[in-house]
This record gives sequence, C-alpha cells and structure tokens, in this order.
Amino acid sequence: MTPTDLTGAAYWFPVICAAIIGLAVAMYVVLDGFDLGVGILFPYFPEEVQRDQTMNSVAAFWDGNETWLVLGGTGLLVAFPFAYAVIMPALYVPLVLMLLALVFRGVAFEFRWVAKPFHRKWDIAFAAGSTVATFCQGLMLGGLLSGIQVDGNHFGGGAFDWFNPFSLMCGIGLVIGYAFLGACWLIMKTAEGVEQIARRLARPLCVAFLIFIAIVSLWTPLEFDRIAARWFSVPNMYYLAPIPLITVALAISCWRGIGGKHPSLAFSSAVGLFVVAFIGLVISTMLYLVPPTITLWQAAASPKAQGFILAGMVVMVPIILGYTVFVYRTFRGKIRPGEGYH
Amino acid sequence: MDPNALILARLQFAFTISFHIIFPAFSIGLSAYVATLLVLWRRTGKDHFHRLARFWTKIFAVSFAMGVVSGIPLSYEFGTNWARFSEVTGNVIGPLIGYEVLTAFFLEATFLGVMLFGWQRVAPWLHVTAAILVALGTAISGFWILSANSWMHTPDGYVLHDGIAYPVEWSRVIFNPSFPYRFAHMMTAAYLTTSVVVLAAGARYLIRGEFETEGRTMMRMGIGMLAILGPLQLLLGDQHGLNTLQYQPAKIAAIEAHWDDDGPADLVLFALPDELAEKNRVAITVPHLGSLILTHSWDGRFAGLKDFPRDQRPPVTSIFFAFRVMVAIGVTLIAIGLVGVVLWWRKKLFTTKWYLHIVARAWWLGFVAILAGWLTTESGRQPYIAYGILRTDQALSPVSSATIATSLTLFVLVYCVVFSIGIYYIHRLIWNGPKGEAVRPTALPEGLPNRPLSVADKPTRESRGQDPYSLGQSSHEPEQSPSSGGSKPSGAGPSSGSGPFGTGPSEQEPRS
Repeated sequence: MTPTDLTGAAYWFPVICAAIIGLAVAMYVVLDGFDLGVGILFPYFPEEVQRDQTMNSVAAFWDGNETWLVLGGTGLLVAFPFAYAVIMPALYVPLVLMLLALVFRGVAFEFRWVAKPFHRKWDIAFAAGSTVATFCQGLMLGGLLSGIQVDGNHFGGGAFDWFNPFSLMCGIGLVIGYAFLGACWLIMKTAEGVEQIARRLARPLCVAFLIFIAIVSLWTPLEFDRIAARWFSVPNMYYLAPIPLITVALAISCWRGIGGKHPSLAFSSAVGLFVVAFIGLVISTMLYLVPPTITLWQAAASPKAQGFILAGMVVMVPIILGYTVFVYRTFRGKIRPGEGYH
Repeated sequence: MDPNALILARLQFAFTISFHIIFPAFSIGLSAYVATLLVLWRRTGKDHFHRLARFWTKIFAVSFAMGVVSGIPLSYEFGTNWARFSEVTGNVIGPLIGYEVLTAFFLEATFLGVMLFGWQRVAPWLHVTAAILVALGTAISGFWILSANSWMHTPDGYVLHDGIAYPVEWSRVIFNPSFPYRFAHMMTAAYLTTSVVVLAAGARYLIRGEFETEGRTMMRMGIGMLAILGPLQLLLGDQHGLNTLQYQPAKIAAIEAHWDDDGPADLVLFALPDELAEKNRVAITVPHLGSLILTHSWDGRFAGLKDFPRDQRPPVTSIFFAFRVMVAIGVTLIAIGLVGVVLWWRKKLFTTKWYLHIVARAWWLGFVAILAGWLTTESGRQPYIAYGILRTDQALSPVSSATIATSLTLFVLVYCVVFSIGIYYIHRLIWNGPKGEAVRPTALPEGLPNRPLSVADKPTRESRGQDPYSLGQSSHEPEQSPSSGGSKPSGAGPSSGSGPFGTGPSEQEPRS
C-alpha cells in the first residue's frame, strides 16, 4: 500500500499534512466534544440558573472549538482535494444536517440571552442542535469507516450509502461519548447544584461510553477484514496491546475522578479516553483517506500546494495552540452562578 | 450533467453566501468600531465610550455568531455541491482558504472569548488588545477570502495540466490582478456599511431624546467615516472598474448594457436590455460619458457584448440593474456624508429634524449595496466559475438534483427563521440602547478563583466610583424579571441591578 516510487516531498508532505489534519480532527472531537456534550445534557438541568451556568461554562470557548472543524474541512480541501471531492458528496446528507444543527446551537449562545425571559425556544434549539449535530458526526464517522464507493476519481454511490446499522450505532455512541465528556467538563468547571447533577450523570455515561468503545473494537475487525488484519496480525498485535490496557487505566482514573475531590481528574481522563479511541480509529484506517480505496498519496494535492500550506501550518498551529492554551488558562476555575458577560 | 442540479446548486450557493456576507460585512466594521471605542475609552476615561463599547460588543456578538454558523456550511459546500471545482482549483485556492483559517478564524474566534468575557478577567490593556486582535482577524479573513475569490475572476500564477490548475508562483496567485482592487473596495464597503448603521442608531436616539451623549458620538463618528470613505469608495470603484475592463471585458459590457463597439460609448443610465434581440429597449443615455468613465478619454472605445460569442456572455439584465442599485446607494451615502458634514460645520447636525429622520431610516443601505455589488461581479464572471479555466456547468458534484433540492429547501427554511430572528434581536438591542452599565466591584460574586482582580480592580478604586470592567450581568437587562435571576451575581446587593447609569425598570421594552 505504501508507494515505493515516491521520494522526498511527494512522499512526506502527504504524511505530514495527514498528521496535522488528524490533529485538527482530534482537537475538534475533544474540544467541541465537551461543548456539544454540555448542550446534549442541557435538558437535565431543570433550573434556569443552572442552565445559565452550564452555558456560560463553555460560552467563551465554543467558537474557537468549532474553528477546528473548519480547519479539518479546509485542510482536507487544501491538502487532499481528491479525497475532499469524494467524501463530501458521499456524506452529503448527514453533513448538511450537521451544519444546520450547528446553526441552531451556535446562535443559541447569543440569542438565548437576548431573548430572555422568552428564551425557552433557544434552550430547545441549543439542546436539540447539539444532539443532532453530534449524532450526524457519528453517522459520518460510521459511513466513512464502512467505506465509500468510488468510480474512477469520483464518488460513485447513492445519497444514503452511509446509512447502515454500524453508522447508526456510531451516531448513538458519539452522543453518549460527547455527553460523557460534557459531564466531566461540568464537574471541573461548575459548582453546587450543576456540579452535583453532572457527577450523577457522569457514571452511567462513562459505562455506556466504554461499552460503545468495546462494541466498535469488536465490530470493526469482524466486519472489515482490512481492520482485522491491521490489529490481529503478528507483530502488530504486540505493538498495539498497550492500547486496550491504557483504555482500562484511564477508565479507572476517570471513575475515581467522578466521585473524588480533584476537580479536573475526571475530565482529563475522559479526554485521554477520547484520544486513545481516536488513535485506535486512526490505526484501523491509517494511510487510507477514503477507505478502502484512496490512500494519502493518491488523494494528495501537488507538493507545491501542500508545501505552501505546510509552511503556514508549521508556523501557525503552534501559535494557535499557544493562544488557545492562554484563553483556557484565563478562564480557568469554576464558573459560579451569575458569571457571564450578558 | 443534470441541468436542474446545476440551477439548484447555484441557487443554494447564492442563497447561503448572500445570507452569510451580511454578517461578516457588519462584523468587520463593528469589530473595528468596538476596538476604536475601547481605545478611546482607555485614553480619555469618558464613560460614554465605555457604555458604547459594551453596547456595540453585545450587538457584535450576536452578529458574529450568525456569521460563524452561516460561514461553516460554505467551507463544506465546495465539496458537497462543487466537487469538480474543488478538484480543479483546490491546489491553488485551497491553500488561500487554509491560510484564512490558520491566520484569521482562530485569531478572531479565540480572542472573541476574551473580548466578551474578559472585561473582568484580564488586565485592561489585554482586553483592548483582544478587541483589536478580533478586528484584525476579521480583516485578515477578508484578505484571504477576497484573494481566493479574486483568483476565480483573474487567475494568475498557475499552469493547467490535464485540466487541473497547479500553482507556479504564490505571490502571483495571492496578489492576482483584481485582488488589490476587490480587497480595497470590499473592506471599504464593510466599514461604510457599519458606519451607516451606527449613524442611523445615533439619529434614532436623538429623535427619541434618549442616550443623547452616546447618540451624538455615534453620529459624529458615523458621519466622519461616511465623509471620508464615501468619496474614497467612488475612487476605488472607478479603479476596480478599469481593472475589470482590462481582465473581464464581457462583465463591463454587461454592466453597461453595451452591445456594439461602434464608436465612443454612451453611458446607459437606464434601459431594458433584451438579450435575445441583442439590444436595449427604452434606453436613457448620455453620449460619450461611457467612454469617459471607462477609458478616461472622450472618444475611448471598449468591447461590446456582440464581440463575445453568445455562450461566453454573462447574463445582462441582472448585472445591469444590480450595478445601478449599488451605484445609486453609493451616491446616496456620499450625499448623506457631505450634507452631514455641512450641518455639523454649521452646528445644526443634531437639531435638523429632516436630516435625522432620513438617516435614521438609512441603516440598510450598505447591506443592499454589498449584495448588489457581489451579484454584479459574480454574475459577471459567468459562464465561468474560474474565469477561463472551468465553466460553472462543469464544476458540479456527482449528486442528484433531488439531494440538492432537499438541502436547499432546508437551508432556506432554517436561515429564514433563524437569521430573521437574529436580525430582529439586533434591532431590539439597538432599540433598547446603551443602557446603564456599572456594577460596583463589591457586587461581584465571591469565589471567582484565579482572577487577576488586583489588576482589574485597581482603576475602579479611583475617583470614578464605579467598575468599568464590570461583568455586566445587569447591563444585559437591568429590568429583568425575578424569574431570570440567573444573570444576577449571587453576591450582589439589591441595588446592583442598575448602577449609576441604570435606567430603572420596565422602560419601553418591546418584548417579544
């Protein structure tokens, strides 16, 4: 699968670009994951004060978080235009639904405050928008893993090819996963009633998310031979053995964090779980951009285009990460009832 | 290719981008305005600058949120509906959009958090810096996206292999021939649009006899901007037109409804262009003026529509009228600016009722001019999506017209509902006006950990007797009902709901 006739930039640029886009997607999943999760859990907070508090706990961050989604999308367009031109039409329906759902929950951050005291509709928009957007992201993940039909250089399938039991399961699993991440975020960032509710929600969500990880880990190798070959062949098996072990360790530390005193243990462990799960998926599909046909190198833009954007990424991504850290540090600590700018 | 799919995909892009551009055009100007107000406030310490900054920040936040959520679909639409376009031009304009994300989107999105929530959390200089960085981010964003768009009009610095464009020289790709003109023209348009909104809001307050200090400041700043940028925009538009004549002569011919190049060109003030008969019905023209404007000489000649084969011509009627709408609004704005300056000079600006009433109703002019201008230039590029490289009818994705029709319907429904409500909310915020702000430092909730209070509190202990960096819970709705106590600081005394500038409860609030 690895091309033998490519050297230098033509070989390495696609690999580096893919790594950076992978980083962008991982950043997106973790960062927007918790703020979508907070939206999914919104209905579980009955009082208006509590909802204000949960929303304010992510309000300073959501916009930056969602920008990683734009970087993922444009990164794919820039570095791998052929993969972009195949994946987007293939995942058209869940993608458009996700974008529309993001409209509702995105504007709710501002509209809800302006609308007060008639803000109930934006409570609903925030919760429903977050849930639908997450579910659609799961559908897209499932659809991509299931494989996309390619004719020549173009998408050759139908509008609903992505729809199957596996993608549905991924949709539900991701809703659970983000809700879990959101609950752990709230444990870290809020106090009093909201924190109590978040702690109660986090345990069952943690269990459900681990079950989801287990199902994907068993289902994908059984359904897709290429994934079974990747994980269960010698010597890969020995190299990859730590991954399930790390997952178990993180799950235990998260479980302790949910009940314990340390405010950020549960959240950091949950992030760890997501990162490990993401790495697992990357290992399953590695070097394919459109499984099971198009590899990194087949989909790559010209080295000149990739080189230009790589130069920008190498300079800008550390700067972006730097000021992202700065903003999270600025707004660290727990949000009390009534804190916000509105 | 399915002809219905083409029409639907074009409609979808036109619809989504037209809705989108309203908000960034407003945000580009507004972020710069808020940053200016914050700098003025820091330098002078005058309260009304602070109140204005907070007031416009709230409006900016609503507008910016709508800009973000209406913009994300666009970056995916290139793939869902225009996959072939992405393949053909992705190598060249993809990186430009990538640079927009890297250098602008993250900057503005991240520091927006500091700008909105940092009044109390960060040092004052840092808060002002965050506002400036947001404004800078919106301008950088404009730089890259206009570069990418300009390349579609006047592609340069590339080669074609097997129909795919490959970059050769990045400086020529980025600074392609129409980019400097388009960038200057659009950024000026964005600042003008915001200036008109600020001016109109100021005039409304003066008519109502409320927030008079703020209203006067808004009017002065708005008129100052209009008086400078209005004439400048005329000059920039003229230069942009000359550039278009050089690189896209068919577009100019359509703008002017100029069919035959048979002598010095008339300026067609009004006409009903007939594309089938290739002539104008009922035309009102001024001899030689067309030549004078486009060639800057009395007898200059330029290509007519008949010099281009029919399948190379853009649609004439829509371009002709859209252009005239834009120019008419531009002239109106210049007039508003100049009349305003004269009234200001004669110290009658705030008392001339007829002028106040006109400008109070003028807030929408910039937005319509921007939409008309974009309709002109984008339609004028047809039948190409990337001029001379790829025709629009060759650029589609392999998706069915049913799929596009469904998504188009959903976009129309969602956008019309959500963004109408958003525009209504902005209107209501402006109607409510820059109400009292200040919350005393003692009214702050306890237990906000790790906040650099020592920095933020210091100036508040000074003679002003109020906290200029207040969290502003009360500023949002001083008259809030008891049930929405969530936006009140827990440690706040009962009087914290309205500070020294509080306007008291339940005042002409048009609740939905």
